[in-house]
Amino acid sequence: MNPIILEVEAAHLKADRPYFRPGDTVRVSVRIVEGDKERVQDYEGIVIARRGSGLRETFTVRRVSFGVGMERTFQLHSPRIDAIKVVRHAKVRRAKLYYLRNLSGRKARLVERRVSTDKLAAEAAVGNKALTDQIAKKG
Amino acid sequence: MTQLFDEKGAIIPVTLIQAGPCPVLQKRTVETDGYEAVQIGFDAKPERNANKAEKGHAAKSGAAPVRILREMRTEEASSLEVGQSISVEIFEEGEIVDVIGTSKGRGNASVRKRHGSKPGPKTHGSMYHNRPGSMGGSSEPARTFPGKPSAGHYGDARITAKNIKIVKTDLARNLIIVRGSIPGANGGYVIIRKGKKATAKA
Repeated sequence: MNPIILEVEAAHLKADRPYFRPGDTVRVSVRIVEGDKERVQDYEGIVIARRGSGLRETFTVRRVSFGVGMERTFQLHSPRIDAIKVVRHAKVRRAKLYYLRNLSGRKARLVERRVSTDKLAAEAAVGNKALTDQIAKKG
Repeated sequence: MTQLFDEKGAIIPVTLIQAGPCPVLQKRTVETDGYEAVQIGFDAKPERNANKAEKGHAAKSGAAPVRILREMRTEEASSLEVGQSISVEIFEEGEIVDVIGTSKGRGNASVRKRHGSKPGPKTHGSMYHNRPGSMGGSSEPARTFPGKPSAGHYGDARITAKNIKIVKTDLARNLIIVRGSIPGANGGYVIIRKGKKATAKA
């Protein structure tokens, strides 16, 4: 990516986004504006994909509610996202979990991955390196 | 290209254009040339890469040799001085501009790509898949009319993208950030002028 583009994007990146991977269950707090009122709505589900880089990165969250599968794709750095909370980590072997769409019930479960906070922090440092490097370009 | 968020949180697709500094290297005047214009340069290059003519030309205005030289015919020509530098400041946020560039070259392209013609049926023995269609009449007019869509060289042409909105200007980095895409490949050279249509309306 062109270094000037990275610089311009850096000013708009959100440093408070936690590190998460496909398979993790996240709770996304979405800001919703209704008329002149604003409220925050939570959307919880499994991250089935992350794509893009820098300011253009998006992630897709899948949840099954009332038996109907539902997917929402969010812009990672969107100002409409108030907060992201990682609820659960899972063991997965691929980056895109589209196969979950064809599974339901017990088969659609992912095996939980229990990790210590230290290990998680180390993973986040590696996984978020590109992002933190870009934020450092701000100025 | 990249994207930015507006105050509502919606995405705006944007293109960054490095615009300036553009030194004024020469002036055309009615007395000497018969018309009014300014010659501006962009993309300074090192002295060692410039030939004697380029060095001499640049030296007259005190600027460094440049890679791109363009003449702009404008009424403001008389108010500009040789040696002066034009920056992003002449444009403001929200302004409508035209961006002129050279489109990406696509080489020898078929009618499908060059003129957007539709394919024929794939099956039922049609045997007519990617052909350019009828060339026209027979003994009358006994020729193919000019402009008949056919295969040939496509792209690498001067394209003017009109009515492009400036989202933001960045004086420190000499950047103009415009909404949407502009003609040409990444790193290509473009000319930005005040939007002709928008100016005519105002």
